[in-house]
Amino acid sequence: MDHRIYDLEGIDIQWCPGCGDFQIMEALKKALAGLDLPPEKVVLFSGIGQAAKLPHFMKGHFFNGLHGRSISNATGMKVANREMTVIAIGGDGDMYGEGGNHFIHTIRRNPDITNLVHNNMVYGLTKGQASPTSPVGFKTPVQVDGVFSEPFNPVAVAVALGASFVARAFSGNVEQTTGVIKRAISHRGYALVDIFQPCVSFNKVNTFSWFKKNTFDLPADHDPSDRKAAMVRALEGPPYPVGVIFESTGRDTFEDSMGCYFSDDTPLFRREYRPERIKDLLVSLQ
Amino acid sequence: MFRFPAEGKSDISLVLCGAAGQGVQTVEEILVESLKKAGFHVFASREYMSRVRGGNNSTEIRVSSERVRAFVDRIDILLPLNGGVRQNIRKRISSGTLILGDGEELRDEFAETEGTFQNVPLIEKGQESGGPVYTGVVAAGLISGLLGIDPDVPGGFLREKFSSRSDEVVNNNLSALEKGMELARHFIGSGKILVEIPRKERPSGEIMINGSDAVSLGALAGGCDFISSYPMSPATGVLSFMARHARSAGVAVEQAEDEIAAINMALGASYGGARSMVSTSGGGLSLMSEGVSLAGITELPVVLHIGQRPGPATGMATRTEQADLNLAVFCGHGDIPRAVFAPGSIERAFSLSQVAFNLADEFQVPVFVLTDQYFLDSFYNVPIFDISGLRVERHLVEARPGYRRYEDAESGVSPRSVPGYGEELVGTDSHEHDEVGHVQEDSDLRTRMVDKRLRKRNGILEKVIPPVLAGPDHYRNLVVTWGSMYHIVEEALASAGLEDTAHLHYDQVYPLHPDTFTYLERAEKVVAVEGNATGQFADLVRRETGFLIEDRVLWYSGLQISVETVTERLLEKLRQEE
Repeated sequence: MDHRIYDLEGIDIQWCPGCGDFQIMEALKKALAGLDLPPEKVVLFSGIGQAAKLPHFMKGHFFNGLHGRSISNATGMKVANREMTVIAIGGDGDMYGEGGNHFIHTIRRNPDITNLVHNNMVYGLTKGQASPTSPVGFKTPVQVDGVFSEPFNPVAVAVALGASFVARAFSGNVEQTTGVIKRAISHRGYALVDIFQPCVSFNKVNTFSWFKKNTFDLPADHDPSDRKAAMVRALEGPPYPVGVIFESTGRDTFEDSMGCYFSDDTPLFRREYRPERIKDLLVSLQ
Repeated sequence: MFRFPAEGKSDISLVLCGAAGQGVQTVEEILVESLKKAGFHVFASREYMSRVRGGNNSTEIRVSSERVRAFVDRIDILLPLNGGVRQNIRKRISSGTLILGDGEELRDEFAETEGTFQNVPLIEKGQESGGPVYTGVVAAGLISGLLGIDPDVPGGFLREKFSSRSDEVVNNNLSALEKGMELARHFIGSGKILVEIPRKERPSGEIMINGSDAVSLGALAGGCDFISSYPMSPATGVLSFMARHARSAGVAVEQAEDEIAAINMALGASYGGARSMVSTSGGGLSLMSEGVSLAGITELPVVLHIGQRPGPATGMATRTEQADLNLAVFCGHGDIPRAVFAPGSIERAFSLSQVAFNLADEFQVPVFVLTDQYFLDSFYNVPIFDISGLRVERHLVEARPGYRRYEDAESGVSPRSVPGYGEELVGTDSHEHDEVGHVQEDSDLRTRMVDKRLRKRNGILEKVIPPVLAGPDHYRNLVVTWGSMYHIVEEALASAGLEDTAHLHYDQVYPLHPDTFTYLERAEKVVAVEGNATGQFADLVRRETGFLIEDRVLWYSGLQISVETVTERLLEKLRQEE
């Protein structure tokens, strides 16, 4: 399938020239096309931030919700209709800051959704404040003496929580990012792809060349099914390893565990009303 | 000699109390089940402390030959299983109260009350049956015996309840029950106590159900197939009911990490085509407010069950209040069309929870079902709900080429589709958006979209549930209530003998029914009775109609206002000028 099937005509893309978001969107389109998933099978969820604008710039069903809540929206959607491919997209502030609690618990639930996090280590939309992944000492108009808090390590947190798929990518390498996103979408269960990207306007420290210098491909002998080895890799850096860090297969998905699918596979909206389901309950109360 | 019902009454009010974890609930279950099976009308209401063990909790059970549906202060028979009975019970003991308890446990605890203490060896009889754990069953036997219930009824209940346990456990329970009944025979035989409740109409085939289960069943009847919530008293019962029946009823049930996730999962599911709901209390709704706002702009249907308890903040976790009306009506930033139900009866809790799902889907708005701890934890017998003719109205369209989710429809209700239904894409956005759902900063579009959403209010108003007027058509006084206050005021007015006074009750509090002003201006005097400190409904009435209800009976102790207190306060307000 040609990835241009995902292009939206006549739109004004609001990202800055040179922003890593462009490459991530390109990689996402190529990954979906590579998997032969047409736009009408794909639902894109996002929250607030520059990355979260992505669903407005390509074809697909879309739910651009509140700041930090998109993986909760995406989880609900996946339960309502298991036939759709569900992808939740956001930045480091959206997913790890505002949505931190949902990030933790969505990993525990393991719904079959793909979580793409554009990690540029800074706030773009609000113009340059620190994000949860900003390095210690990073100076901003709010963190005037430099960031004091330890940066959030999403990859290590995800491995620690038993996420069934954890990967890291760098937007500068579109081909590799495409491959990682393809594997994430193909994975049955929750899949995190933390994608390093430069912010050309507000992060003068973690630039394109900084990321290029501070990332390296995971060696071929890395075994993603080995959780301990994955944790060692997750704690590594800089320079940071890029690729599929951890994957465990065979775990049930959240939506499959729901009572609504116990004896019926139909998406919820297609179901006929069955009054007998409450008739029996009422009779049992007599 | 004690003769029940007391002079002028048609019911007996029995209050059981004891520490948490001491089996009050088992006694309550045995009695409520047996009394219902024996053909009485029964009302039961619980009040409890926010602790897992200890303290002192109580259940009031009213047994009657007539329908009985409200909480009274009067205690005819008090049955304390433990010492340390709290002040809220002690102050309700009157000269007409017979206290049946074990002197070994209670000693002189009731010496300074007006009640008559009758020592009953409950602990000894429990011990004889197998241990102190059977004390409660002895007490249940005593009451069953006094009320002349066939021993097979509670016996059968105990056999069933403990059917998975050893024969010894079953036999011990039956022995304890029999010993209690023997004590009753002794009291009756010695002429100390006489209980005679005439049984006029036997409520056969009725169900005994509390507010919480009525809301849950109503939701299932409304086609609810998704609930995500965070446990919070007193609204957790709905979540656990759904969990218990998730497979047979086909419902997705999830305990979310917080209320924010709960409402957002529900909205994601709704976007995907589920009939989704959340169940929480005021504190949880505060956290969900941003989600309510999201439902407003995305026009995603969702039902919110709010079991009220006293606030602000943690307030009193296991107590009752009607103080979240303002929150339900106004929560969420921006202008949001919505509907708020506040059922006054078990039947209405069922039917309005059902209607809520259809209304939410028809107008693509959040619909609130507002209850409270008193309502959720109170049981009474009702005719089995009629589900024939109930329909799940989805109001969905297939997304054909050219489909626009937010088409500027005249009614304000745009055609709703869901991803996967038709070949066109379905988008939604928390930003102001165009007809397809994409974010746009265009002030003309913004104005059009706000107008479109707010036009839905007209349709919602056309479907508003009218208030219920009881009493004379040509009334001088009008008492206005909403939600759980319905039966309390109904009984208070019946006992007050105010013939020139009518009762206007609202099961839907927002939007306000358009006839409201007409009802109010016909009265010389209007009194609002509410379970909050400021008169939130009266204030809402003024905001919506301009009519100021100055006279307000307000109650906010955390305990339910009783029939007697309402009667007294209404008489003060309505008789003062005569």
